[in-house]
Amino acid sequence: MGTVALDGARPRKRFLNTGFLVVLWLCLAIGVVSLIVLLVYVFVQGAPAFGPRLWRRFPSFDPAEAGARSAVFGTIYTVALTAAFAVPLGVGAAVYLEEFADRDHWWSRLIALNIQNLAGVPSIVYGILGLAFIARGPLGLGPVILTGGMILALLVLPMVIIASREAIRAVPPSIRDGAMALGATKWQTTWRQVLPAAVPGIATGIILALSRAIGEAAPLIMIGAFVYVPFMPTGLDSKFTVLPIQIFDWVARPQAGFSQLAAAASMLLLLILLGMNAIAITLRNRYRHRW
Amino acid sequence: MFRSFGRRWRSVAALCVLGLVLVACGEDTSGGGSDGGGGGGNGKESELSGTIVVDGSSTVAPLTSTAAELFQKEHPRVKITVGTSGTGGGFKKFCAGETDMSNASRPIKEDDEFEGQACKRNGIAYEELTIANDGIAIVVNPGNDWAECLTVEQLKSIWEPAAQGRVNNWKQVDPSFPDQKLTLFGAGTASGTFDFFTAAINGEEKASRADYSATEDDNTTVQGVAGDKGALGYLGLSYYEENQGKLKVVKVDDGEGCVEPSRKTVQDGSYKPLGRPLFVYPTAKLLQRPEGLAFVEFFVERSDEIAERALFVPLTEEQKQEAAEAVRRLEERYRK
Repeated sequence: MGTVALDGARPRKRFLNTGFLVVLWLCLAIGVVSLIVLLVYVFVQGAPAFGPRLWRRFPSFDPAEAGARSAVFGTIYTVALTAAFAVPLGVGAAVYLEEFADRDHWWSRLIALNIQNLAGVPSIVYGILGLAFIARGPLGLGPVILTGGMILALLVLPMVIIASREAIRAVPPSIRDGAMALGATKWQTTWRQVLPAAVPGIATGIILALSRAIGEAAPLIMIGAFVYVPFMPTGLDSKFTVLPIQIFDWVARPQAGFSQLAAAASMLLLLILLGMNAIAITLRNRYRHRW
Repeated sequence: MFRSFGRRWRSVAALCVLGLVLVACGEDTSGGGSDGGGGGGNGKESELSGTIVVDGSSTVAPLTSTAAELFQKEHPRVKITVGTSGTGGGFKKFCAGETDMSNASRPIKEDDEFEGQACKRNGIAYEELTIANDGIAIVVNPGNDWAECLTVEQLKSIWEPAAQGRVNNWKQVDPSFPDQKLTLFGAGTASGTFDFFTAAINGEEKASRADYSATEDDNTTVQGVAGDKGALGYLGLSYYEENQGKLKVVKVDDGEGCVEPSRKTVQDGSYKPLGRPLFVYPTAKLLQRPEGLAFVEFFVERSDEIAERALFVPLTEEQKQEAAEAVRRLEERYRK
């Protein structure tokens, strides 16, 4: 009896097994295939227009002459500013939450929960916040590069905090205990032992967060970043544009030459993103610890 | 541990330095390049400098950025930025004192709370200048062999608010048309194109059915109409001209026969009621600045070339004379 039942169940189980595997493959394939289609489409469209003129020339009415110099450098400046704001604030908050705060207190848990929620807030909402409080309102900075950096910093701050917290949490308690046992203060333990050990994780998190910031257009359009900027950023109070906004503008133009340029600029943006991700992976692999 | 901390940060620091070097390199070539280009282009060194902030209609933006580009070849130290917040959005910023000039695809509303009223409240005086003409083209799929010409009444029966959910077949537009589903593409509600089209066709600004694909990007309308046999859409004339293979234009009859949109019919006013002038609104403050007055003068004097390059319909002789007259008045008033 038992053997009969088993024999009957086996092919069905095997079928289910294979079926489930196929479903999983499909899930994977949809993601990978759409990425490949997107990449191929962008590269085929953009390749003829891709070249140094993208970062050498300023925007123009003539698609054969136009470049995205102001957008490329606007992007670099904005992301550098974003990093300058988000990294110290984010790492600082993470160190406090992990090393100093009482993790189980309701207050800390509420803060942790809120940070996770903030990470899921749509970027346009940060744009509205920035428009009301930074570009206009109390700070009244206007649609300048400093405003852009601050808004993107707010946008990625939750991601930096979460990644840094995880990196710090992954440092084994024995390291802290060892340092404390040798008479180190809390400050010395954190600064000399825990933080250095967490650097690979923190750096990876920061770069991934900045990769998100680099692709954002919505919050910057919200604060009134411009689409035609024929000069380099000159300082924190300079008017600016970024690559996603330039792409957005070119896509909406009637001439076919501009849609080619938009694809070429998307290629450039993708290459910058891939480069940043490669740095993140290298950092992680190079400094990964085995305890 | 402390040493390895240093080593780790060193590579991070190296990356930062690399980034800074890249940025610095960029700055160098930029300075050289723009100076050289400006000096070489004209021969004489311009004394004008300053920043001019322009925002407003995304339809007009290509005109203003073309004007800015040509102007900057002669005056490389004047920095002009152009944004695309839409005609209404642009006026809001303009009257809040955030911009120097506003692009508009319709005249400013004198008694709107956020436009004329806000300008008055904030003490912002401005001038109006017509700088080019634009036509709105009605387009259908090239496979559409029945709609050659539509009357304004027929267009109204398609687009009026009462048509919502009711008119969705070509047969309802004209009994002689085939039984084909009608899908609609048009401008988003924030655009001046939407305001203008609804006023011209439906008789009331912003009165429109809402069940159509609305977009601020006319290329979306091009794609949509090109891919659907029963589609009808409206967009800027230049978008039709650049996509003639993918779209078919419909003639419009305003009671005086069918007229096809073209530079000529828009200019001579026979393409009714969908031809329109485009405007810029400089503030009085901008016109008091020498570089501001110079830019506005340049915009009007070179309007033919600018319209040509930005794919718009140039001003008519009459409009040109009016604009030149307006510039003369402005010069008298603002030149110090």
